[in-house]
Amino acid sequence: MSEIRASSVTTSGAPQPTSPTGAADREFTVKERSQLQQAFRRFLRHRLAVLSLVLFILIVLLAFVGPLIWKYKYTDITPDNSQPPSPAHPFGTDSLGHDWFAQVLRGLQQSVKVALCIAIVASTLGVVWGGVSGYYRGISDSVLMRLADLILTIPAIALAAALGNIGGGTWWMIALVLGGLSAPLVARAVRGVVLSLREQEFVEAARALGASDRWIILRHLVPNAFAVVIVYATLLVATGILSETALSFIGFGVHPPDTSLGLLIYQAQSAVQTRPWLFYFPGLFIILIALTVNFIGDGLRDAFDPRQTRQRR
Amino acid sequence: MLAYVIRRIFVSIPILIGSTILVFIMVKFSGDPLEGLKMRNPPPPRQTILNEEHRLRLDKPVWEQYWLWLKGLVLHGDFGPSVHGNINIGHELGDRLFVTLRLVVLSVLIALIFAVITGVVSAVKQYSATDYSFTFLGFLFLAMPSFWFAILLKSAGIAYNQATGTEAFFTIGEKSVLLTDDSGWGQFKDIAGHMVLPTISLALISYAAWSRFQRASMLEVLNSDYVRLARAKGLRSRQVLVRHALRTALIPLTTVTALDIAALLGGAVITEMVFQWHGLGDYLLRSIRDHDAYAMMGWLLVSAIIVIVFNLIADLLYSVLDPRIRYE
Repeated sequence: MSEIRASSVTTSGAPQPTSPTGAADREFTVKERSQLQQAFRRFLRHRLAVLSLVLFILIVLLAFVGPLIWKYKYTDITPDNSQPPSPAHPFGTDSLGHDWFAQVLRGLQQSVKVALCIAIVASTLGVVWGGVSGYYRGISDSVLMRLADLILTIPAIALAAALGNIGGGTWWMIALVLGGLSAPLVARAVRGVVLSLREQEFVEAARALGASDRWIILRHLVPNAFAVVIVYATLLVATGILSETALSFIGFGVHPPDTSLGLLIYQAQSAVQTRPWLFYFPGLFIILIALTVNFIGDGLRDAFDPRQTRQRR
Repeated sequence: MLAYVIRRIFVSIPILIGSTILVFIMVKFSGDPLEGLKMRNPPPPRQTILNEEHRLRLDKPVWEQYWLWLKGLVLHGDFGPSVHGNINIGHELGDRLFVTLRLVVLSVLIALIFAVITGVVSAVKQYSATDYSFTFLGFLFLAMPSFWFAILLKSAGIAYNQATGTEAFFTIGEKSVLLTDDSGWGQFKDIAGHMVLPTISLALISYAAWSRFQRASMLEVLNSDYVRLARAKGLRSRQVLVRHALRTALIPLTTVTALDIAALLGGAVITEMVFQWHGLGDYLLRSIRDHDAYAMMGWLLVSAIIVIVFNLIADLLYSVLDPRIRYE
């Protein structure tokens, strides 16, 4: 993104007109910052978003490092069954004697893994889909966008339930299917951005200078559409974890003996009153993830598009 | 107006055909409808399998299967053969349609009413304690898995019933199996009683997103010049809010609602599962489990029609809200 630069005065942070002569002969210290650096600084000022990011990273660490450290594995059956939370079993145990903390850690790991993959698959596919559609327009645009409309009229969970079983219900198949079904959303947004960008002067200038399609797409359109994509990708982690757990809950996602947060809640649904810890802990983690990710997404949106925040502060 | 509606219905036919083709191909990939039969122990005679294959049209190429399905549907209203030979998919869908539809329609209405009220209040009293609490609730419900919340509501209902020793909340099924009072009023009361908790749980999920949306669009309108002008003219603030601002601020929400209908139908699948309703969602889950291809097709066709009808209603509402839009 090196060619889209704007320098800014360090003290105020407000964008100043770019000086062609550079910073050397100015009396203030002026540092040149790329768009990305500016966005990053604005993000850091969004306290709730930063706090959420820290919390989210901690949860992800817990999901991937926790199972290696914790004394029980999710497959272990301990002699204690139906124990309420205690120092030995922080989240209690189920009726078979599974340590529920180990179960939740495993479920968390699977759910986070699937949610992150959904975001990656959907945004990659969506960028290509929307980019091609918006840049080339014409027939390919109509065909691709009608296909996106079709997919969006069909309840995603129904299609995912029907298709998720193809690979025998492995986690990457679920991620692939759910990611593919969310891609049209990203594609629509990216197409909108590309359509408005390609008419702008700097793209025209690049073309006049003899830039190839490839150059224009990679060096001009992609960096400028980046903000939209990164916000969508973040929010897709939140919807991704909600749809994966829902899918596992209705029985078409992650299968036993493996587990996911949705599956744990399914198994605990009859125990809400007798052994509430089985039900509340997995749900709490889903809420925590979706909540923090939504806040991060909000912070990113504000950071990349400061014009939107005008009314907020 | 009528001409517009008729034209829109004709335009939606290619969309329906397109989505059924897409789904048909996907369903074909999703599994073998005869898996249950073939895995049976002792194995059934070869002739039985061949007969079933013929009955389910599996011995024909895929495009011909689709063509036969479409022809049967259009000419005879036949939804195709089910894996369960004694079940007529059309009857099954018809019986369950209204169970699901009353859940979805009522949820949409409740979610919309609450979303508009809280969105407007939040926007008018921006940054007040009320705004912050609605915002907090909105984010919380947005992050809450619908099935988790539904189970929570259900168990709260059960706990209340146990504590008071009454049957205040019905938590299982869409109606009582044995009804003592089977007069019209008694039946209505029974069905309404069963709807309370499922409707709330389905409505809350969309409410969260819609109220955030309504707040944003209301804020935008409130900061626009024509609202400032209306205020400057000395109109009463109630009139400015309702007649000038709210009417315009409802237009974006209409679009979002129409777009979310597909997701709501998906949400109904989960709500029906938790509350053990015998609606379309329950039928879908069973069909997927049995690899009942034509039943899945039937479900997807019905829900695609519902989505299209809701979109049409949304488009007609535009013309009510925005006098510049006229459908000829």
